[in-house]
Amino acid sequence: MTTHHHPPDERTLFERWVPHPLLTATLTVIWMLLANSFSVGGLLVGLVLGLSIPRITASFWPDRPHIQNYGKAFAYVLLVIYDIIVANVQVARIILFRPLKSLNTCWVCIPLDLTNPEAITVFAGTITMTPGTVSCDLSADGHALLVHCLDAPDREAAVRDMKARYESRLKEIFP
Amino acid sequence: METFGEIIVSALIVIGATFALIGSYGMLRLPEVMARLHAPTKASTLGIGGALLASMLYFLFFENTLSIHELLISLFLFLTAPITALFMAKAYLHIHPEVGEQLPKPESCDWSTYETPSGNVRPRT
Repeated sequence: MTTHHHPPDERTLFERWVPHPLLTATLTVIWMLLANSFSVGGLLVGLVLGLSIPRITASFWPDRPHIQNYGKAFAYVLLVIYDIIVANVQVARIILFRPLKSLNTCWVCIPLDLTNPEAITVFAGTITMTPGTVSCDLSADGHALLVHCLDAPDREAAVRDMKARYESRLKEIFP
Repeated sequence: METFGEIIVSALIVIGATFALIGSYGMLRLPEVMARLHAPTKASTLGIGGALLASMLYFLFFENTLSIHELLISLFLFLTAPITALFMAKAYLHIHPEVGEQLPKPESCDWSTYETPSGNVRPRT
């Protein structure tokens, strides 16, 4: 008779069918971009995919991260794109002109203040894409990041720069 | 206008190709595996970016269509390049345990390549 085993679902109909509106929108837009031309049929297929994929995969992200500040997230993307362009020029100059013996390649350990797994992933990815650094490993307890530097005369300054430039911004984006 | 478009598109292709070439040259010139890993993750991003931007502008100038699925290629590149680099670095650390002994150690435990995480692997909250 009773349904005590199942607590009443307090989500509205919209929340149940669209558990992740942003993911739905992203998937639809990506489908439209893949098609590369606008048609109503394409939009419908995109919407079907955008509505069904979040429902099918919902159990894979039980506690998804909430982005606190979309404005700052957008500014972060622009900052990283700018840094990638600078990184390309810097690495190209090192490859072409620097005598190899003067390179200070080294490993550094970055202690992490971030705790959110998604934020750490973004941080590690950013480090790989930006000037002269590749993130190589995470410590077993997830509180430090191993980074290889192509040219870092001062290890502590390199760690400080990365933490100040990216990690502090990510802390404001992910709560 | 047509000449202007041609100049922009060709400039982007040449810049992109130059960076891709430098990235490949870096693979040859740099002395060890870890240093070589820097060349393809960085220099080739701009190489591909230049070519994709040129493609978008070409369709805009000469075919009068807005082609934006090139953006998807760069999006997928941004998603995959760091992960590939991470896997290659981890494989390198596995093959060369002697390198692992020279690494700076985190405070409380070893790097996850060398240590099986015990029990609760979720980061502290």
